[in-house]
Amino acid sequence: MRVTIITFPGSNCDRDVSVAIKKITGKNPSNIWHQENEVPNCDLIILPGGFSYGDYLRCGAVAAHSPVMKEVKNHAARGGAVLGICNGFQILLEAKLLEGALIRNSGLKFVCKQVALKINKQIHSPFLHHFKQNDIIHLPIAHNEGNYFADSETLKQIEDKGLVALRYHISSDGNSFNPNGSINNIAAILSDNGKVLGMMPHPERYVDNELGGLDGFEFLKSTLEQLS
Amino acid sequence: MKFKINIFLKKGVLDPEGKAIENALLNNGYNKVNNVRVGKTISLDIKSDIKSDALEQVTLMCKEMLVNNVIEDFEIVPSEEDK
Repeated sequence: MRVTIITFPGSNCDRDVSVAIKKITGKNPSNIWHQENEVPNCDLIILPGGFSYGDYLRCGAVAAHSPVMKEVKNHAARGGAVLGICNGFQILLEAKLLEGALIRNSGLKFVCKQVALKINKQIHSPFLHHFKQNDIIHLPIAHNEGNYFADSETLKQIEDKGLVALRYHISSDGNSFNPNGSINNIAAILSDNGKVLGMMPHPERYVDNELGGLDGFEFLKSTLEQLS
Repeated sequence: MKFKINIFLKKGVLDPEGKAIENALLNNGYNKVNNVRVGKTISLDIKSDIKSDALEQVTLMCKEMLVNNVIEDFEIVPSEEDK
């Protein structure tokens, strides 16, 4: 199992993702700088969360034009798996590897909390293989621009193709529902082939009970098992 | 050749910042205000004296990077300083 994690200037979850991957696989992932023109041969590329380029222009917009992104696009075009978490999701959208956009939270506030998420498993994807339709998992979110938007035509296509992977769901405390105004409560979407996933929640932050839960551990572990 | 690029969120895309400012204006007695939208302006200089070439370059950079056409509209305005 070979994982490559890309660090952009302003990424701040790259180390957390590395620690999570090491904990699951026992092996260190490759960490590469965004200026690289080559990506090591690998089964999964992860674009971690953070504030690449200080969120200048639009979140993820400058990072999407980094030299390394050409190789990330080639990897995806070959059917390789790519996971974008939070700012990584924003970068994937700006790089047009996924459809839609993430805009300012409807409440104008940075939202940092645990949310309940409902699995939507309509297409085959290594990221969802472990789960059943409508399973509920809990993961933390922490973002200011997580309000998913797509025009009505694009949204219809995404829904018709079953590309929504996760939706915000009412949790037992009743107040985690749609924290940011996302259209159709969308928290994560897939590419047509199910191999590219962008998600606002942070699985790497829930890989230890001491830190809040193990749902992120299960999510990443099952994904890595599917890809190896 | 100098240009200004005005970028706004498309009609139908929620602009919470504009909405918050609109509410603040209404609360301050500006009760005729409506449709407040917040955008941004990028000004830049193209090293070219041929206006059509320069304009083509600016349009291309808008489409490729400066503007996200999923959520934003833009207009390119040749800057007054050049006159």
